[in-house]
Amino acid sequence: MTSDIAAILAIDGIATGAVYALVAIGTVLIFTVTRVIFIPFGDIAAFTALTLAALDAKRFPGTGALVVILACLATLIEIISLVRTGELRLLPRALFFYLVLPLAVVGIAWLTMRADPPLAVRLVLALMLITPIAPLLDRIVFRPIADGTVLLLLTVSVALHFALVGLGLLFFGPEGVRTEPLTSFSTEFAGVLISGQTMLIVIAALVFSGLLYLFFDFTLVGKSLRATAVNRTGSRLMGIRPARAGTIAYLLGSLMAGVSGILIAPVNTVFYDSGFLIGLKAFVGAIVGGMTSYPGAAIGAVGVGILESFASFQSSALKDVIVFSLLIPILIWRSLASLHSEEEIEE
Amino acid sequence: MTRLHVQLAAVAAVVCLALAPLVLSPFSITLMNYIGIYSLVAIGLALLTGVGGIVSFGQAAFVGVAAYATAWVSALNGYSPWLGLVFGVALTCCVAGILGVVTLRLQGHFLSLSTVAWGLAIGFLFGNVDGLGRFNGISSIPPISVGSFALVSSVHIYFLIWGIVAVVLFLGYNLLDSRLGRAMRALRGGNILVESLGINAFRIKLVTFVIAAFLASLSGWLYAHMSRFISPGPFDAGMGIEYLMMSMVGGAGSLLGGVVGAAIVTLLKNSVQDYLPLIAKGASGQLEIVAFSALFILFLQWARQGIVPFVARYLPKIKRERPPAAPPLPRRPQPTPGELLLKVDGAERRFGGLVAVNNVSFEVRSGEILAVIGPNGAGKSTMFNCLTGALRVNKGEIVFAGRPITRDPQSRIAKAGVARTFQHVKLRPRMSLLENVMLGTYARTRAGLFAGAFRLNRREEASIRHEALMQLERVGLGDKPFELAGNLPLGNQRILEIARALAADPALLVLDEPAAGLRRQEKLRLAELLRSLRSDHLTILIVEHDMEFVMSLVDRIVVLDFGSKLCEGAPAAIRSDERVQEAYLGGVA
Repeated sequence: MTSDIAAILAIDGIATGAVYALVAIGTVLIFTVTRVIFIPFGDIAAFTALTLAALDAKRFPGTGALVVILACLATLIEIISLVRTGELRLLPRALFFYLVLPLAVVGIAWLTMRADPPLAVRLVLALMLITPIAPLLDRIVFRPIADGTVLLLLTVSVALHFALVGLGLLFFGPEGVRTEPLTSFSTEFAGVLISGQTMLIVIAALVFSGLLYLFFDFTLVGKSLRATAVNRTGSRLMGIRPARAGTIAYLLGSLMAGVSGILIAPVNTVFYDSGFLIGLKAFVGAIVGGMTSYPGAAIGAVGVGILESFASFQSSALKDVIVFSLLIPILIWRSLASLHSEEEIEE
Repeated sequence: MTRLHVQLAAVAAVVCLALAPLVLSPFSITLMNYIGIYSLVAIGLALLTGVGGIVSFGQAAFVGVAAYATAWVSALNGYSPWLGLVFGVALTCCVAGILGVVTLRLQGHFLSLSTVAWGLAIGFLFGNVDGLGRFNGISSIPPISVGSFALVSSVHIYFLIWGIVAVVLFLGYNLLDSRLGRAMRALRGGNILVESLGINAFRIKLVTFVIAAFLASLSGWLYAHMSRFISPGPFDAGMGIEYLMMSMVGGAGSLLGGVVGAAIVTLLKNSVQDYLPLIAKGASGQLEIVAFSALFILFLQWARQGIVPFVARYLPKIKRERPPAAPPLPRRPQPTPGELLLKVDGAERRFGGLVAVNNVSFEVRSGEILAVIGPNGAGKSTMFNCLTGALRVNKGEIVFAGRPITRDPQSRIAKAGVARTFQHVKLRPRMSLLENVMLGTYARTRAGLFAGAFRLNRREEASIRHEALMQLERVGLGDKPFELAGNLPLGNQRILEIARALAADPALLVLDEPAAGLRRQEKLRLAELLRSLRSDHLTILIVEHDMEFVMSLVDRIVVLDFGSKLCEGAPAAIRSDERVQEAYLGGVA
């Protein structure tokens, strides 16, 4: 391997890693706020790419139907639970958030579609259509078992991923898509060609992580999310509703996953089931950060990207084997690092 | 219902299974074969996940290792499938052993995530290794032959599959009812509990993990030679979660639940394949996994316990005989009264900048009751954890019966004769009183895996039962030995913990705040029990908060305050000590 090849591989790896980093940060966000290890974020990313491709092809994406179905289900569940607890006065609110809002999003997307919008609008539409999915799934799937163990939530999360893969095939079909590059700009740096898309990916990752940092440190909502992550009971006593914090976390997380989906779509062909590997590799990155640290997750995810890039140069067939085998030493390291505190908690 | 009824039911089930091919259609037989093959994996998961509390998403990979191993031996190299069985089982157990050694020390969800990781990695390997047919798989795998008779038709292999399932169930239930099985069932109580009983938790986890992998390998071998063709598909991550689903639907923790779960999932899948095309034409394949995952999620939301435990609640309880007298278990040589038993010398324990225990020294002499007391945050619990090995001291030395135990792990300290109880009671609520106490005898007994599975341990088991009953009677809980421990009130749970500790035949009994949360009557009863134990020359160390309880009971008191020893002496002297009064009451009024 010459240094040229190494440089190309490294840049490639950093770009892939930046995409994983966005998903990884979303994963950490959800885990800290709700204790759910949300494996399906990769699916959300893949669905965004598929949605964008459908919009590019002037077809209304299957995401619309998916959102409508999920919204109806979530509304139904919410109504039943409100009736059970006798809190019918909250019904209009529930209807607005779980039914009207998602349907309005789909409606707006549908109307805008007919006007043959430019790329920038299509990007916004794709993100708009994708963001309601995770919060709705949260209401349907995770809210009823919010008090369960991390393991139960993880098991449910894995099952949910498989359901989403099936739905993906149903709503998007088996064809892979690759969207138009967002920019054709490219530059040469130290003798290595860097495409505009790569730069865009890295910049987007940095910008979104930066925005998230500002959100957490300078807004009240962000602070309430952090408080929920640190201590659910304590924050509840302070008037923060963990369920609401969870919804916000899911919204933000799926926005990040959506952006990563848009960024990866021009680089890799995305299929309905591509999300699993994206999600899992992001997740490997998140574990490097101990599932709690955002910078740690981002660094871990970029590390995974670089590793994957070099591994695929050595043996493209075995790159996934290498990446996932590497997860085990990382897990051992993390588990040892957290051993002490867990034992104290148990006593 | 008695034991005999259960045995009759088992025999009837075996007869039904043996006669089933006479009435079932060939298609149903094939379905039954798949159920049997999946059952083996699900039974393994019931042991691993349900009993041991280790959630594994990766069992499909073990099935695949064995299936590919036997296909490689028999189809690609032309040897007998029986050699494939040996090779497949050996390879799978080796892989599981290595993975287990590496990952089983991981905590909670880290461990389950590691199963996702190696499950995926091994799954990807099948499709990407040269010489294993890549994604096309391996075809023309020979059938299993018994002598010169080849098990080609599905009816023939049916008997082999279900014969293996029946034997596995029989051995599995035997195992769960043995010394090792009880240790497995204690795993869910947490490492601290398991180690405090003198059990090496890691070793038990490893054994459970390898057993589950062994069952998966049997399943893989049968699968390869039944379908005569393998490809990476049936061993991928999706199948891994399906196995998990089978064991959870049937009732995690119940071996029979594995079979029931495999049957339900397989039949459900089959009917979903039949009916979904009627609802959604052309999209059935996609909807199948959606319907399936949705059902699983609903199941986890509403009926986590599983089917077999649910049904078992409505069955008549099995009546059990009180265990008869049996030869006693060997006892350890007890120290002579008055001899130095435990010596703590300059113990220090820090948590970061906080010195929780600071240069504490004291001695315990054989036959006395010593109390370590102190106000909240005095370092009592930390001292206790250092004594029992749950924590290590940063400085100083602890000597028990003439041997330093400062660096010993918990289980070795327990084996040396230190038995403990817990401030927050750690019993196995779903095990009976008798079984909880039987757990205490682990370090005194020997029977291993094979002795347990093949019931070669009967004599020792009888002694263990007898010993456990004796200890229950000694503490006054002998009237209902088969009651579940979780049904006892707190006071009796504390006393049950003492019985469990006594079953270990300890030289030193250490009690962590035994009076906490007890009502007055319960405290009096507890004090009376402890006095009777002292009259049996047992040495007792109590870490306690409750002054009144301690004063009337113990011989000597060590007072801790802010991590340091304040003073030491007889109860009357401690009561009148000004420093103690100040520590407790904040200065003499």
